[in-house]
Amino acid sequence: MERKTKIHAEDGKQELIITREFDLPLELLFKAYEEAEIVEQWMGTKVLKLENKRHGSWQFETSDDKGNVVLRTNGVIHEFVPDQKITRTFEMENTAFAVQLEFLEFEKLTDDSSKLTMQIVYKSVELRDQMLKLPFAYGINMAHNRLEEVLSKPSYRNR
Amino acid sequence: MNLRRDVFQAIADPTRRAILLLVASQSLTAGAIASNFDTARPTVSKHLQILTECELLEQEQNGREIHYHINAKKMKEVADFIEPFRKMWDDRFNKLEVVMKKYKPARR
Repeated sequence: MERKTKIHAEDGKQELIITREFDLPLELLFKAYEEAEIVEQWMGTKVLKLENKRHGSWQFETSDDKGNVVLRTNGVIHEFVPDQKITRTFEMENTAFAVQLEFLEFEKLTDDSSKLTMQIVYKSVELRDQMLKLPFAYGINMAHNRLEEVLSKPSYRNR
Repeated sequence: MNLRRDVFQAIADPTRRAILLLVASQSLTAGAIASNFDTARPTVSKHLQILTECELLEQEQNGREIHYHINAKKMKEVADFIEPFRKMWDDRFNKLEVVMKKYKPARR
């Protein structure tokens, strides 16, 4: 079966491209990014702030199952064009990782399907490679259950 | 860590990925591999060298010919290494799809 989510990370470039085709009309796909309540459902994060406008800002918070905040992310929205595109920055608070720039493009394929292309630009090639490895190396990612799995391991608890 | 990064860069190149796919089904000589590409032969050789150096490909002397075959163990390691990143996004987007399929817009 063809994989729905694809990662393109070209040799020596400081960007990567994530593409995904959805069995959803374009409007519904975009709405999933627009409405805070819906973002919370699929991202598994709490949305502290989501200002969908030029020069608006956003802030999300991820907690473990005991309610401890494990990660806070934030950024600034540069462009917000409904059903077309979102341009924003992304940064993880209290980490050494430099801010990244994200270009999200939403496309209609058919009446019932759509495509998201997400281009992420990093400060350096090294940082991109590091970010690619992050879920592999540390399990620090926003997928909630995965994070919990790692944190519940004794080797992590004792650190 | 350096080796890991080399492996990662090795598979990030589209031609090298194509070579790996080609060799995945059967071991081939450099000439046979090169014949599948429009790229100049020395370029293909360079790709083969990189893939061999980071142990994704292995060379096997077969009479007078050298055959390249895939190092399954190394390939698995590499696949595993990017896979969590891909899966993280795939899981997230699958969830988005499920959430939005249930979404009922308010009627106006």
